[in-house]
Amino acid sequence: MRRVAIVGAGLTKFYRNAQETPKELAYEAARMALDSCEMKLSDIDCVVMGTAPDAFDGVHMKGEYLADGAGAYRKPYMRHFVGGGTGVLSPIHGWFHVASGMFDTCLVVAEEKMSSAYPHPAGAFLTIFDHTTEQPLYPTLIWIFAIEMNRFMTTWGYKKEDIALVAVKNKRNALDHPSAQLGAEITVQDVLNSEIMAWPVNRLDISPTSDGAAAIVLAAEHVARRVTEKPIWIDGVGWCLDTAYWCTRDLYYPDYVEVAARMAYKMAGIKEPSKEIHVAEPYDPFTYKELHHIEGLLLAPRGKSVEMLKDGYFNRDGNLPTCPSGGALGVGNPISATGLMKIIEIFLQLRGEAGKRQVPGKPTCGLAQAWGDLMQVGTVVVMRS
Amino acid sequence: MEITDKMVAKTATKLSAEDIQKGKVLSVKWTPNLKYAWDNGPALGRYLAELKNGRIIAKKCNKCHRILIPPRMFCELCWVPTGEWVYVKDTGIVNTWVISYVDWKAGRLDIKGGVRPFTPAVIEIDGATKGMGILHLLNEVDPWKIYRGMRVKAVWKPPEERIGAITDIKYFKPVE
Ligand SMILES: [Zn+2]
Repeated sequence: MRRVAIVGAGLTKFYRNAQETPKELAYEAARMALDSCEMKLSDIDCVVMGTAPDAFDGVHMKGEYLADGAGAYRKPYMRHFVGGGTGVLSPIHGWFHVASGMFDTCLVVAEEKMSSAYPHPAGAFLTIFDHTTEQPLYPTLIWIFAIEMNRFMTTWGYKKEDIALVAVKNKRNALDHPSAQLGAEITVQDVLNSEIMAWPVNRLDISPTSDGAAAIVLAAEHVARRVTEKPIWIDGVGWCLDTAYWCTRDLYYPDYVEVAARMAYKMAGIKEPSKEIHVAEPYDPFTYKELHHIEGLLLAPRGKSVEMLKDGYFNRDGNLPTCPSGGALGVGNPISATGLMKIIEIFLQLRGEAGKRQVPGKPTCGLAQAWGDLMQVGTVVVMRS
Repeated sequence: MEITDKMVAKTATKLSAEDIQKGKVLSVKWTPNLKYAWDNGPALGRYLAELKNGRIIAKKCNKCHRILIPPRMFCELCWVPTGEWVYVKDTGIVNTWVISYVDWKAGRLDIKGGVRPFTPAVIEIDGATKGMGILHLLNEVDPWKIYRGMRVKAVWKPPEERIGAITDIKYFKPVE
């Protein structure tokens, strides 16, 4: 397998509702990514597209619809989709194309326009549940996250007011992110006082629905060295799906995230992740999910992430900064674009180009992770400068 | 390269809900009315038929010896066909639960007006392998007094109202 680097990145602004069409958003992100590394579309050998349920955009065959915006005209093109885990599968999908030797360059684009499902995309999720045993009970995504959060809390004795610190941290971090939709200075009390959606989940425990797109350029080593002085290497990839019988799993721990992480760590030669990973972007669509994933990624001992959070361990200036971007909770959550936004954050952090968000200590190894489907997929990428 | 405010400024244009509701920007609207009739397969078909009889049935894997609910024709862990059918009880314990103030469309329930929150839960069914749960609703209990490990029992619709659906069980309620 050949070494593959990220050499360029682009990101749109994230909004609850953007006027631009999905195609136009994809174009903006892809254009910025190419410009960032002074490459032209003719330098790109192939394109991959990450985008989540067709039901959001209301466009069946969304991959085909988005192709023009992603710069895929008459190029080898593939779309991938694993729900919320999509955006971190995107660079993995592109990595295959280049690592295999099939192509020297790959443009990776992720786009989501959730506002098209009107007035709210929540209802579009009903059909992800089993049509015979679950859908007749009219479940929502919020229910199953709240169910999982409750299980996580009862297992370790975690308190809502402690988990709320994730929202405080991420929304504050997002104040420094140019694309952010929900950067804010809030308190734990604000989170606890926000509307109850489905206890234990309050409104400020949840990431927003968003429109946005992100893109990166991947290149084989000989191209990467020519294009940039600061290639960021994809050194480990891992992904895994657990059973869709989610009621038969113990939800306190995301085993599938651990399996995906171990795969990526093994490939990257990482033995002690909590020491060797300097900065991380775990997926945080809900406050508790960041902690759940930190434990699954073996970045904190099981049952200890809350204590470490309270000690400031995961702050931007802490021992292991997590979601320095502001995460899904702060930057926004246009599903697939969120995962790729996290990849871009690690890319910028490792290049020392994260501006006001830059974590101290010149990090050289970082990780991004996403999660999704019926609480069953983990996608992990380890990157080094 | 840093991604700056200036760079992202022109990538997207912010709209408000009002812009669309009041027609300040033009949008095209469509309300799909898609209809499906989902076949249930032999395993869930039998499961539903037994629910109509007021019973819950599971299926056993002869390799890992798990008693699986909902029943399935193959074991997803062992990747072999499952074995015999096993009746399980209509009682169980609450594994984890939620107190929901929203419906499936994220519409708000009128809690202040006295509407009871939904209390969906994962219920581990007695007779199935430990940890085997199903999603269902809890009722006849103060939502704020539900606890992990609470013993519950199915409340069935009357036989003449059952149609062979998971909703033939109205909900689960606490038992001593
Ligand atoms: Zn088995």
